[in-house]
Formats: sequence, C-alpha cells, structure tokens
Amino acid sequence: MDTNIANSNLKSEDYFINMGPQHPATHGVLRLLLTIDGEIIKKVEPDLGYIHRSIEKMCERDSYQQIVHLTDRMDYLSSHINNEAVCLTVENALEIEVPERVKVIRTIIGELTRLASHQLWWGVMGMDVGALTTYFYGFRDRELINDIFEETCGARLTMNYNIPGGLMFDIHPNFVKRTKDFIAHFKTKLPEYDRLLTGNVIFQKRMKGVGILTKEDAISFGATGPVGRGSGFSCDVRKHHPYSALDKVTFKETLRTEGDSLARYEVRIQEMWESMSIIEQLIDNIPEGDFKVATNAVIKLPKGEFYQKVETARGELGVYVVSTGTKNPYRLKFRSPGFSNLSLLNHIAVGGKIGDLVASMATLDIVVPDIDR
Amino acid sequence: MNITLSITKNIHNWLFSIMPEGIASIAEMVLIAVVYLAIFAVAGLYLVLLERKVAAWFQLRIGPNRVGYWGLLQTMADALKLVSKELTGTVKADKFLYNLAPYFVIVTALMALAVFPFTQEFQAFDINIGVLFLLAISSIGVIGILLGGWSSNNKFALIGAMRSGVQTISYELSVGLSILTMVLISGSLQLSEIVEVQKNGWLIVQGHIPAVIAFMIFMIAGTAETNRAPFDLVEAESELGAGFHTEYSGMKFAYFFLAEFINMFIIAAIGTTLFFGGWLSPFGITESIPWLGVFWFVGKTLILVFLMMWFRWTFPRLRIDQLLTLEWKYLLPLNLLNIVLMALIVWLNLTIQF
Repeated sequence: MDTNIANSNLKSEDYFINMGPQHPATHGVLRLLLTIDGEIIKKVEPDLGYIHRSIEKMCERDSYQQIVHLTDRMDYLSSHINNEAVCLTVENALEIEVPERVKVIRTIIGELTRLASHQLWWGVMGMDVGALTTYFYGFRDRELINDIFEETCGARLTMNYNIPGGLMFDIHPNFVKRTKDFIAHFKTKLPEYDRLLTGNVIFQKRMKGVGILTKEDAISFGATGPVGRGSGFSCDVRKHHPYSALDKVTFKETLRTEGDSLARYEVRIQEMWESMSIIEQLIDNIPEGDFKVATNAVIKLPKGEFYQKVETARGELGVYVVSTGTKNPYRLKFRSPGFSNLSLLNHIAVGGKIGDLVASMATLDIVVPDIDR
Repeated sequence: MNITLSITKNIHNWLFSIMPEGIASIAEMVLIAVVYLAIFAVAGLYLVLLERKVAAWFQLRIGPNRVGYWGLLQTMADALKLVSKELTGTVKADKFLYNLAPYFVIVTALMALAVFPFTQEFQAFDINIGVLFLLAISSIGVIGILLGGWSSNNKFALIGAMRSGVQTISYELSVGLSILTMVLISGSLQLSEIVEVQKNGWLIVQGHIPAVIAFMIFMIAGTAETNRAPFDLVEAESELGAGFHTEYSGMKFAYFFLAEFINMFIIAAIGTTLFFGGWLSPFGITESIPWLGVFWFVGKTLILVFLMMWFRWTFPRLRIDQLLTLEWKYLLPLNLLNIVLMALIVWLNLTIQF
C-alpha cells in the first residue's frame, strides 16, 4: 500500500444514479442516468421509451379525423393546440378556407390552453425547487380555465374540439362571459405569483446563472418555445408564421438574452401576460358565422408532402404528412418541442449540482408523452 | 397554590411511603419517563396535525377534516396504521445499523425534552449544565440520520445522509454560538435559572440588539438543524425522493417522522426558554398561579413552531453549496461578532432591566 496518501492518485469514484422512471422531479416516466461525483453532475443520459405508444405508427392506420384525437395524448397540456396543428395541415392540403369565427375561437382557446399549461408549469416549477405552496396557487387558477373548457368542449384536458374543417360544435353561450371573468380574475392573481416565488431571494439564487444555454447552442439543439426565447432565439411560430387569427392581433414576442433558468422562467411569466392580451383583443368580437365547413366523410389528402407548424406551450410542434392520395397518411411525423428541448439537458446540467439539474429540468417544462409519443 | 407541585409531591411521598427508598426512586424515574413519553408521543402527533392544517391554510385547502371532529383523530389513525404495518427493508442493508438508526433519532429527541422547565419546578431533570446537555444531546441525532442513510444500501439515501452530516455539523455551530450569546447575558447554564433571570424582562428585551440578532440566527440555524424547509436538503423530495429514510417503512419511518416534529418542538422550546421568558407570563400577569406557566410555555413555543412552519410552506429550498455559504460566510462571522457585542453590553451594563 502507498503510505503517502497525499502523493498517491487518490481520487473519488463517480457513481451512477437512476433518476426515474419513478421520480418526483421527472414529471412522468422519464429515466435519467446520472453520473455523479459527490453532488456534482458529470453526465446526464435521458433514457426514453417508457411511455412510447407509437402514435406516429398508429396515425398511418387511422383516418385524418381520428389522428386529431391521438394528438391529444402527446403533449396533453396543450391538447387543443396539437389538435389544431393536424387540422391546419389537413385544411391546407385540401385548400379549405375555414370561417373567420373558427379561426378566432381556435386562437382564443389555444391561448387559454397556453395559460393553463404555464400555470401548471409554474406550480410544478415551485415544487421542484422546494416551494410546495405554488402548486396549489397554480392549480387554483387552472381550474377556472378547465371549467371554461368543460362547458364548451365537454372535456377538461384532452379536448378534441378541433376537427378538420372547423370545430366540433359552437361555443357555449357562457363562453365569452366566463373567459372575460377569468381574465379579470387572473390579472389580479398573476402578480401574486411574482410575490410568492419570483422575488424570493432563495429562488433568485437558485435560478440565476444556472443552466446557461447560449443562443448558438439553443439553435443547434433545436430548442424552441420559451426555452429558445430565454436564450434570445426568436422562434415564436405565432409571430413568424401566424396561423388562425394570430395575424389579426398584436403581441410581443418575449425574448431574454441571459439564457439561464431565470430567463426561461421569466419568459413564461411574461407569455402569460401576452396570452391574456391576445384573448382580450379577440374575445369581444368573435365574428358570426358557421363553426365548421362541410368536409367529405372520408378525407383523402392529395398526393404529396405537407407540413404545418404551430406554437404549443412548449415550443414548435411540426406535423409532417406524406400522403399517397389515400384516406390514411403514408407517413406522419411529429416534430415535438419536448424531444428537442430535452436533448439539451445534458448540456446545461453538467457541472451543476443535483439541485441545479432539477431546477433546470423544471424550466425546460418537459411533458414525457410529448417526448416519447 | 401550585397544583402541579402538590400533585407530584403527593405521588412522591406516596411512593416513598410504600416501598424502600432505592426502589421508590427507580419507580419514580420510570413513572416520569412513561408520562413524558406518553405526553410527547401524543404532542408529536398533534404537531403533525398542526403542520398539515397550517400547510392547508397556506395552500388554499381545508386539510384533514374527516377523522374525528376537525380532523383531530387523523394523525392518531395514521400512527395506528404505521404501527400495524409490516417492516420491510432492503435485502443488502447493514441490518444492525439499519435497525439501530431510528432509535438514535427518536431517543435523543425525547431525551432533550427532560431538561425543559415547563413551569416553576415542573422539570424532569434540572441539571446545572442544562444548555450544554441540550447541545450535546441534539448533536447525537444526526448520527441516526447518517447511519440510516448509510446502511440502507440506497444511493439516494446515502446522498441524503451525506448532506445531513454536512448540514447539521455546520449549523450546530450557529445554534451553539447563538445560545452562548444568551448564556452571556443570563449568566447561567441552568435552564430554570435562565428563566428566573428573566423576571426582570425577557432576555430578548434585556439583551436588545444582540439578542434580536441571536434570535434570528437561532431560528435560521434551528430550522436547518431540524432539516426542515428551506433547509430540507436531507429529504429534498424533488431531488432525492425521500432522502435518508427512503428505505424505512412502518414504525421505523414513524420514528424518523415523529423525531422531526419533536425536534422542531425542542428548537422552539429552547427559543422560548432563552429569549421569551420560558413559562413566565408577559408582565407577570399570572405570576400568582404558577401552573399557568405551562400554558404560557406551550403557547410561546407553538408560536415559534408556527413560525418554522411558515418558513416551510413559503420558501423554496436552498442548494447545498448555498446552504454552506450561508452558514460559514455569513451566519458564523456574524455570530462571533454578536457574541463580542453581547459581552460588551453585559460588561458595560447596557442591558434593559425592568
């Protein structure tokens, strides 16, 4: 044995930890293989597939009306926007012009969905850094949105309100009033979020300068949504390729250049204000008209390739359809925001502590079914 | 009239009248131990209920309200469930240490309770080094946590245990030094004596500025010492699952859980005794009825307990390096300065006396 310990190559050994698939911070069944030296993260390897349901393959079997329903189960927190993506693809391919009313309603409900998703994210974000109370504040306000959805769509989470050609049915008579009430309510409650969590000195210390992602890295990893915008990458699909009624409203694309966890956090908080502003611009003048245009019972897309992207609460969702002219797609590929955003986890977490990993992962706002599909 | 005193005196005399002196004193010790155990096991359970209720009030909920009126029997039912549960463990655990760990934690927690003067002459163990005894006993608890995490053969538990070691050893310093600051002004290590001194004004008033600083440091360090949020890195649900007690079930888990709440009570009780006059009533309004001291003692303690719960349900958790920075770079130097300041104030006789 070497008697002189100081001169020997005494070094600590790295060790593995299985974080997940059952772990409170992975929000579902994500498995992270961590290589750790004491508290310091050396490597993060996400291991996917625990909730893979081969949705893309199922799409090749189903008709286009049925595909819409499958997309609910991907990013279940922005189910309406996912539905819209598929519907827009089909409508563009068939060159159907949907009524203005449909466009406006789709946009309003899409923004409500974004609000609900961000509220849930905010609650869970607080829990991940140890502030358990935020969860209940987030859910208190999210319940109100879900109640509005329940009245109009009949469902609270997986809404299935969109169909190719329009909406399944018209909005509930209470919809406008309740949405306005909610906006008025939430305008008083959103500052409360800041008072409870954002300004907290411990929270600021935990988030500032942690999990830094540069703009170049954000682009090369394909980061979109609040994650990309937190790094200064202007990637809001609503702004650059407006769909539905988004070209009729004015809103700011929130950008932060710091690229740390706090920047991603603030982008989402700011987005909630913007979403409320978008809803306010549209809610008072929903045009009269039909809530759908008639389509054939069996929708056959023309031969070719079609692509449509939308901005979900997590980033850019792309729907890529290869059609051979039959009633099913030959191949359908979803470009999901969660998958790309997760891929940069290793990049931003290495060198930090376990606590940093959890906090950074919370700011990526991952939804595991969206990653696995 | 001192009811508590007369009851204990009567029992004491009766015991000594019916059996020889040696056996009688042993019987008396056992009796006191059993009474303490019974009181604080139940008190611990109600602290759990209080925490759940407080959490509910903070979180726009109602809290437990199904078992018993206002949920009063909820934690009793929980305890019954835990007692009746099978004790499972990991196969490759170090069985001896694994089974030993919970007892370290619960026994030290209960032992520390012995020295508190709940009211005049209502104290199980009035030693002249009460403060030192408290510090010594409370530092043993961490061994149980370390052993539990180490022997469970679980990496999450191990990380939790290592964090606990680092954290408790660091914050022990601040707890100790802030208590020493108060010992300087009270001039005694005996807890009953410290309370007597405060008949001229609670120590937080007597010692004014340094006492307030010492109290703030004590509450921060005390919260860290009991491993509660925002210093709950040892359990850190979102990071480590359940931390050091991941692999414990049934009653062994309940010991850890109960010990956390009793420790919280102890920290609050130390705070009450050292800063807020222990069982003394404000302005001596109930001085003629000493047994009401229990009410004042428990009342003040519960206010401090509520303060710690308030921390827990409002603050996010610190990171391990921030935790150590807070202690070694801020609290410890401040504490040392504070001791000098307090010494000066006592030396120059600048204390406020009524």
